[in-house]
Amino acid sequence: MVVKNADGRPILLAMVKAIHENKQYLGDIDGLIGDGDHGMNMNKGFMTYGDRLGENETSFTDGLMDLGMVLLNEIGGSMGPIYGTIFMEMSDAAEDAEDITLELFGKMLDAGLEGLYGIVDARPGHKTLVDTLYPSVQCIKEAAAAGKDYAAALDEMKECAEKGKESTKDMVAVYGRASRLGERSRGVLDAGATSCCIILQAMADGMKQVLK
Amino acid sequence: MQRILNNPDNIVDEMLQGFVKNHGDIVKTTSHPRVIAAAEAPTEGKVGVVTGGGSGHKPAFIGYVGKNMCDAAAVGEICSSPTAAAFLDAFRAADGGRGVACLYGNYSGDNMNVKMAVRMAKKEGLTVKTVVANDDVASAPKDQREKRRGVAGEILMWKCGGAKAAKGGSLDEVIAAAQKAIDNTRSVGIGLTPCTLPAVGHPNFEIKDGTMEVGIGHHGEPGIEVCPLETADKMAARMVDIVLPDYPFEAGDDVVVLVSGLGATPVMELYVLYNEIEKLVTGKGIHIYKSYVGNYFTSLEMMGATLTVMKLDDELKELIDMDCNTMGLKQF
Repeated sequence: MVVKNADGRPILLAMVKAIHENKQYLGDIDGLIGDGDHGMNMNKGFMTYGDRLGENETSFTDGLMDLGMVLLNEIGGSMGPIYGTIFMEMSDAAEDAEDITLELFGKMLDAGLEGLYGIVDARPGHKTLVDTLYPSVQCIKEAAAAGKDYAAALDEMKECAEKGKESTKDMVAVYGRASRLGERSRGVLDAGATSCCIILQAMADGMKQVLK
Repeated sequence: MQRILNNPDNIVDEMLQGFVKNHGDIVKTTSHPRVIAAAEAPTEGKVGVVTGGGSGHKPAFIGYVGKNMCDAAAVGEICSSPTAAAFLDAFRAADGGRGVACLYGNYSGDNMNVKMAVRMAKKEGLTVKTVVANDDVASAPKDQREKRRGVAGEILMWKCGGAKAAKGGSLDEVIAAAQKAIDNTRSVGIGLTPCTLPAVGHPNFEIKDGTMEVGIGHHGEPGIEVCPLETADKMAARMVDIVLPDYPFEAGDDVVVLVSGLGATPVMELYVLYNEIEKLVTGKGIHIYKSYVGNYFTSLEMMGATLTVMKLDDELKELIDMDCNTMGLKQF
């Protein structure tokens, strides 16, 4: 089983749709300990990309690069550079491969995480999107190493992302705006960890759709 | 939501268009739609001074672009950092050949985008040095000053950094003056009502009627204490008691006092507050060399005010006294 790189459109569209549908939810979560603009800004970036894609086909890696560029160059905030870097690094790591094997997908995710580590100091346990991304990356890498079924691995990644997101609830923020709250940030999901979970789950669903 | 809007998603662009139409003698547009430059920028042989930040804080940030303050400002979405590309274009617009000082506030998004922009500028041979404002006392303990947010003290940082550049200072001298200005500055805010991002449509945090939040941030970041609404004299005492001991400001010091509204508080109430603050500060033997009262750095339609105090030395006095012409601050 493999994901053809050329079949990127359904994957990117699934990501755009998921963010659009969760715009309000992300804004509400962010409003609890942040400033409430997370859903709005993410939606603006993803919809801008979606509008430009229009009816066109795209490869998975071109789509990630284009989406990353929109977020980085047109959205700003914290999430522009963060998701922009993750998506662009993922795209670069694939080097326009024809087939996105499970192993390559693991490499792409790993490159995204490493790219992120280059611009933020957050690590697992700091109540950020790293808490969603890190276990998801590990999950795919381990599944690939163990030679697991592609679809099953994607399902596992969805669960890892979910658990990672949920784990931020009991954490105290160390970075970002919520960190100014100290203990008061406990008990609330991190908005970045939540959007990262939504994106990874949509990505996995989109990939399952085109898995051949 | 009782607001003057077309499509809320276009509010920043439409605001910029209106701003430039009205202040065409002070500022101009640039090739980047989210960068506003001083009418005369870049000034050959002068260090460029750049700032930037999210929208919704009028007059900040573009309101401090103009003669003897900032040469250019990068503009973000409401309460959201400008892009790295916008900061880079602001550096270019301000570059008069002697380097650029980027003076901005301590927020994670701004830090990331400025960092990326400085890296990109370096690649094209443009030297940019930065000062990060962190004057908000309530946002972190004193031993973690590097975590504190930048608030209305940024205006005094731009004033001093901009004046130093206008007087012909080198990049290192401009950076040193701006750093000294912010290191000598402390602020605190009190919020009385929340604010609403137009595209969100409802307030994303709550301040119950009859209460006030001490130490609130410019984006509604929760403060250090929520307490029943007090009279102006008690409010002033609370603010003064947070700000003065932190630096600490002491008898015999010459200071600048800046009281800014958060957007929806009537200006007459700011004078009521300043009247009380002046009594308390002067009562401690501290000399108010200069004061500013008005809507200098706001948070959309939040009600409330911030108090900012800066200790002066001879250099800072000279810089504060220099004339300037921006939308937000005019001195002749």
